[in-house]
Amino acid sequence: MYAQMVKSEGPKDQDDPTKLAEFQARIDAGEKIEPKDWMPEGYRKTLIRQIGQHAHSEIVGQLPEGNWITRAPTLERKAILLAKVQDEAGHGLYLYCAAETLGVSRDEMTEMLLDGRMKYSSIFAYPTLTWADMGAVGWLVDGAAIMNQVPLQRTSFGPYSRAMIRVCKEESFHQRQGFDIMMKMCAGSPAQKQMAQDALNRFWYPALMMFGPSDKDSVHSSQSMAWKIKMNTNDELRQKFVDQTVPQAEYLGLTVPDDTLAWNEEKGGYDFAEPDWDEFFEVLKGNGPCSVDRIATRKKAWDDGAWVRDGLMAHAEKARAAKVAAE
Amino acid sequence: MSQPDPLLEFLLRMGDNTLVLGHRVSEWCGKGPVLEEDIALANTALDLIGQTQMWLGLAGDIEGKGRSADDLAMLRDAWEFRCTLLVEQPNGDFGQTMMRQYLFDQWHLLQLRALKDSSHDQIAAIAAKAEKEVTYHHERSADLVIRLGDGTEESRPKMQAALDLLYPYVGEFFEGDATDKTLAEAGIAPDPASLRGAFDAALSTTMDEATLTLPDSRFTHKGGKTGTRHSEHLGHLLTQMQWLQRAYPGATW
Repeated sequence: MYAQMVKSEGPKDQDDPTKLAEFQARIDAGEKIEPKDWMPEGYRKTLIRQIGQHAHSEIVGQLPEGNWITRAPTLERKAILLAKVQDEAGHGLYLYCAAETLGVSRDEMTEMLLDGRMKYSSIFAYPTLTWADMGAVGWLVDGAAIMNQVPLQRTSFGPYSRAMIRVCKEESFHQRQGFDIMMKMCAGSPAQKQMAQDALNRFWYPALMMFGPSDKDSVHSSQSMAWKIKMNTNDELRQKFVDQTVPQAEYLGLTVPDDTLAWNEEKGGYDFAEPDWDEFFEVLKGNGPCSVDRIATRKKAWDDGAWVRDGLMAHAEKARAAKVAAE
Repeated sequence: MSQPDPLLEFLLRMGDNTLVLGHRVSEWCGKGPVLEEDIALANTALDLIGQTQMWLGLAGDIEGKGRSADDLAMLRDAWEFRCTLLVEQPNGDFGQTMMRQYLFDQWHLLQLRALKDSSHDQIAAIAAKAEKEVTYHHERSADLVIRLGDGTEESRPKMQAALDLLYPYVGEFFEGDATDKTLAEAGIAPDPASLRGAFDAALSTTMDEATLTLPDSRFTHKGGKTGTRHSEHLGHLLTQMQWLQRAYPGATW
């Protein structure tokens, strides 16, 4: 899940009650809301935050994986990883476009990411230390993202829903290639298997944090669910993720780093330990292990790229003026 | 000194150029000036790595010692590499990266077009596939050089500086040796010098449009293509690229 703790807003006093009721009826009937349709201000604002955070996560998410492109062990692995990171940049692009239909520009959102007004997923504030981390990120991080994004294909906002349909196709490929790296590592030398276990140890709890803290009693969360911006509670998705992932870890011969993990026959799912939520809130505040580096890298890219963007704009303007003069 | 097999030597030259440049371009991942350029840079790197798999794969087959494309990429030392000095040069800023890309693409495109008519079927087939990709690389890099050259007061000097820095590495592409002579005679690859005229004409058109001035001197650094004297940059690049294969010999990934 790439959008966490999105501050959601309910209907506002100025919203016309009749329009609000019609809007809710459209959503309840499964209709898609399109950018030019009337929508409550709270719906628009919440979506900008959620889609923007999702887009930023794709962009910042290039960095921990990009960290290993130049060190990938084979040409094929290098090509697959490059393709994956390129897909993520593409996801960022669709999502920024979806957010732009709500009246905010990509540049504005970028500035908000860089000055801390907007967030990216906590998971990308963690370091990738070995090649096995490329496996673990694909398997666990993309796996968790898919849990959230598959239901979002049915979200009420048309551009977001269509972006999710495209993103999900690629994400499931990413997850499979991550699992494939893990399979190779686990069938490899003792050092490779140890690397795989170490990656699972480090990424398990951060992956569980991706769904955000329990929100079952949150008023704002239920508004987002009524508007079909959010499709499931955080706890439902986390449970589903654990239930899917534990057998995969067993298949790999790896140990999930949770002594309390046990199958619960009654609920038909695993009981498992909660991640350290204090750590999660620190990460969101910018105190993740790589938080400073991630934003510094993005800020440097943005600042260093200013002359390029300006140059391209200036040339486009010259070309336009020349075309007008010729006509 | 025994003479290297000319065909093997040639394939390493092709594959090492795409490998090393692909590596350099991939260093940009997530750090481009604008999202569309991030995507295009990754796409270019991906194409170049794909071409490397074909060139070095064929090199391994021709050599006949059971070495794969990965073995050749990951387990040779700097002096065994046959890439030109241009592609080893560090990225610098985005302008420098795109100038390096354009200078390479302009040669690469001419080379691949000639190789499509190679008397060696597999080389002709690889060239035909790669040419499609490189046509796009060339279109993009030439376009960016022009737009940033003829851009702002700030962008133009940066692009001129990049051209001044990198132009002295261009001549190496057109230097021929005994390997080139053998291949040209067999109709396998063009005589490198035969591409210079078309290269210069295209370069001149692009730089005019970019409002940039080509340096007067035709001095060229050389030693990469023959492997006799690479730049200091190559060793650092290989240290990073080959690390896993060197640290865990024989492991499969």
